[in-house]
Amino acid sequence: MKPRFLTLAHGAGGVETEEILNHLLISRVPDYLTRALGGVGLDVLDDGATLKLGDKHVVLSVDSYTVTPPFFPGGNIGLLAAAGSINDVLMMGGRPVAMMDAVVAQEGFPVEDMEKIMESFVNTLEENDVALIGGDFKVLPKSDLNGVIISTLGIGVADRVIVDRNLAPGDKIIVSGPLGEHGATILALQYGIDLEEAQLRSDVKPLTGLMLPLIEEYGEHIHAARDPTRGGLAMTLNDWASSSGTVIVVEEASIPLRKPVVAYAEMLGIDPLSLASEGVAVLGVAPTVAEDVVERMHELGFKHASIIGEARSSEKYKGYVLYRSAVGGVRILEPPRGELVPRIC
Amino acid sequence: MAESPESLQVLRYDAAAASSIKKTIWRLANKLGSKKIKLMNFCGTHEWTTVHFGLRSLMPPNVELVAGPGCPVCVTPSYYIEQAIKLSMDGVRVFSFGDAFKLPSLRRVKGARSLEDAKALGGNVEVVYSFLDAVKKASKDGKDSVFLGIGFETTTPSYSIPLYGGHVPENLYFMSVLRLTPPAASYAIEAALERGVTPVQGIIAPGHVSTITGAKPWDEMARRFGIPAVVSGFEPLDLLMSIAMLLKMIWEGEARVVIEYKRLVSWEGNRYVQEVNSRVFSVEDAAWRGLGFIPESGLELKGSYAAHDAFKEFGVKRLSAEEWSYDLPAACKCADITLGLAKPTDCPLFKRVCMPEHPIGPCMVSLEGTCAVWARFGGGGLAEEIAKEVGV
Repeated sequence: MKPRFLTLAHGAGGVETEEILNHLLISRVPDYLTRALGGVGLDVLDDGATLKLGDKHVVLSVDSYTVTPPFFPGGNIGLLAAAGSINDVLMMGGRPVAMMDAVVAQEGFPVEDMEKIMESFVNTLEENDVALIGGDFKVLPKSDLNGVIISTLGIGVADRVIVDRNLAPGDKIIVSGPLGEHGATILALQYGIDLEEAQLRSDVKPLTGLMLPLIEEYGEHIHAARDPTRGGLAMTLNDWASSSGTVIVVEEASIPLRKPVVAYAEMLGIDPLSLASEGVAVLGVAPTVAEDVVERMHELGFKHASIIGEARSSEKYKGYVLYRSAVGGVRILEPPRGELVPRIC
Repeated sequence: MAESPESLQVLRYDAAAASSIKKTIWRLANKLGSKKIKLMNFCGTHEWTTVHFGLRSLMPPNVELVAGPGCPVCVTPSYYIEQAIKLSMDGVRVFSFGDAFKLPSLRRVKGARSLEDAKALGGNVEVVYSFLDAVKKASKDGKDSVFLGIGFETTTPSYSIPLYGGHVPENLYFMSVLRLTPPAASYAIEAALERGVTPVQGIIAPGHVSTITGAKPWDEMARRFGIPAVVSGFEPLDLLMSIAMLLKMIWEGEARVVIEYKRLVSWEGNRYVQEVNSRVFSVEDAAWRGLGFIPESGLELKGSYAAHDAFKEFGVKRLSAEEWSYDLPAACKCADITLGLAKPTDCPLFKRVCMPEHPIGPCMVSLEGTCAVWARFGGGGLAEEIAKEVGV
C-alpha cells in the first residue's frame, strides 16, 4: 500500500522503512548497478557495502545520526556517530581504518556544545586508530532543522567479509551484552523520566576491542554479525531468518536484559527486544566454536555475553523467529512495526 | 505496570513453578473431561501476557483463552476521533496518548484519517505520556488545548485527581471518552449467550482496573451469570495461577470471585479515587465503537468541572443513541473480536491489509488491542506449528 505522505514510522528502521526504501529507491536502481567491483551491494542490505580490490575487501558503511537530545547519559551524538559507523564496518568483518563526516547543524546551535560533540567524535576515532580523511559542514536556518545531524562514512579493510545471509542451520546466536540500553535511555529522556531513578544509561561504544580479536581468531566461523541498533534484536533476527532462509529459535531465559530496561519498556508498552543497542554485537557462529567464542568474549570484558538461541532448518517456515518464554510457552518474535509510541495504561 | 525486580524474577522466570502450575491446570482440565472450557480476559494487558509468553501453547486442548473488551482505544467511537482531528486542523492543540495518535477514523477529515495524519498535514497535535504533561505544557504557554481523554477505570484518576485538585489550567479542555469495564464485560457475556456460541465459563478479571474498583463489581457479575472470576496480575505465573483457580472453581461448581492479584487489589478498591471520580464525573450511557450504546458505561464531566468540558467549549455535539451509526470499516471484525466472539485470524483483513504499521481497524492500533497484540507478538497458533516442525 503506497502511503500518501511520509511519517516518522518510515524512518524508524522497522518494516515501514524497508517498504518505503523499496518503493522509493531500491526498485528504481537497475540490478546490475546495485553492486560494484564484485562486492556486496544494495542487493544484500547488510550493515554496509564492499568493494573487492585484489585479495582484500574495502568495507564501506554510511549512516546519519540524529538524536534528541544530542547529549544523554552515557554519551552524545559525536560518540554515537563515530561508534555507529565503526561498528557497522566491524560487523561486515572489516578493520575500521578511516572515516568521512558530514555535519548539518541548526543556525543558533551553541558552539560550546558543538565543541563537546566534536571532541567526543575525534577522541573516539583516535582511540580506535581511525583516520578522519575528509568531510563537509553546513548550517541551516532554524526553520529547516532542529539540532544537529551528523552523517559518517566508515571505511575498513577485510580479508573475509561477513554476510549475514550465510547464517546456517545449527549456528548459535550469541549476544555480547544486555540489550536495549540506548533505546530505553533515549525514550526515557524524551518522555521526561528521571533517568537516575530509572537507572538507565546508553551503552554507546565502539566494539573494536571485541570484534577485531574475534574476527582474527574465529573469522571463518562467524557467519553473521550485526549491531542491533534501530529495530533492536527483533529486527536483526528477523532479517537474518529471511536472508538466510532459516528459522531462528531464541530462549527468553538466556537473553541478557537489565531489569530497569525491561520494567521501563513494559511501562511504555514497548518490547525491549525492539529497542536499540549501540554497543552490542549479535553473532551467528558455527556450533563447534560457539562456547569458545562466548568464553573469549567474557575474557575481553563482555561479561554478560551468552548464547541465546540457534538457527534451525525448515523449508516450510523459513524466515520466522521463534521465542520461547522462560515459562515454556512459544510465540513468534515479529519484526518491529510502526513508530515506538507509548500506550495508555 | 512494572513489577519490582524481585517479584518479576519469580513470577516471570521461575520455570519450575510454571511447570508445576501447568500440571495442576492439566489435571483439573482432565477432570472436567471433554467439556470445552472458555475463559475470557477483560484486559488488553492480560492478552499481551497470554501472547507474549506463549501461554496458549501451554493449555490443555479443552481450555480456550479468549480476549474480551479490554482495550479503551479500540472502543472509542470514530466520531470523537474525527472531532479531535478537526479541532487540531483548526489550530487547537490536541494532546493525545501515543496509541490514540495512530487510531484511524472511519471518515477522513480534511485529508486526515488519524491524529498522526493530521499532524503530518499541519494539524496541531502533541503526543504526551501523561495528562500531567499536558497540564504542565498548557499551564506554561496558556494556549487553548484539548486532551483526548481515552481510558478505562485505571486511567480515570490521572484525570479526575488533577481536576479535583484544581491543577488543570483554564485553557486545557477535556474531551471525555472514558469508559467503564464492568458494563462492557456483562455486555460481552450476554452477547455470547444471545448468539448461542460456547458461553464464557470463567472470567479473568482485570487487575489494574480492580485496583480502583476493587473486586466487588466482578463478584456481582459472577453471581449474576453463575460463573467464577479471578482478579489476576499480569505476569505469566499470575495468569497461570488464575487459570488454575478458575478451573478449580468450575470443577467445584462455584460462582464467586477470588483475588489472585492480592499484592495490589483489595475487595473495596481505592475508595479515595472512587469518591473523587464520583465528584468529577457522572456516569452516562455511552457509545462503544462498533457496538453501539451500552447503558451507564461512560463518564462525563459534571458540576463545576464542566468548565473544562471540551464538548461545551468548542461546540462539539455528543453522540446520541439515535445518531450513532456503525463505525467500523467494511469487513473489519473488531466488534466481534472485542466481544470475544471472533479471533483476529477470523478477520479477512488481519495481516493481509490491516497491519500495525497501517492499521485499518481500531483493534490493530493499541498494544491493548487484540489484533495488534497478535500481529506484533505472533498470536494465532502458528508459533506452536513452527515449534513442532523445528523440534522445540
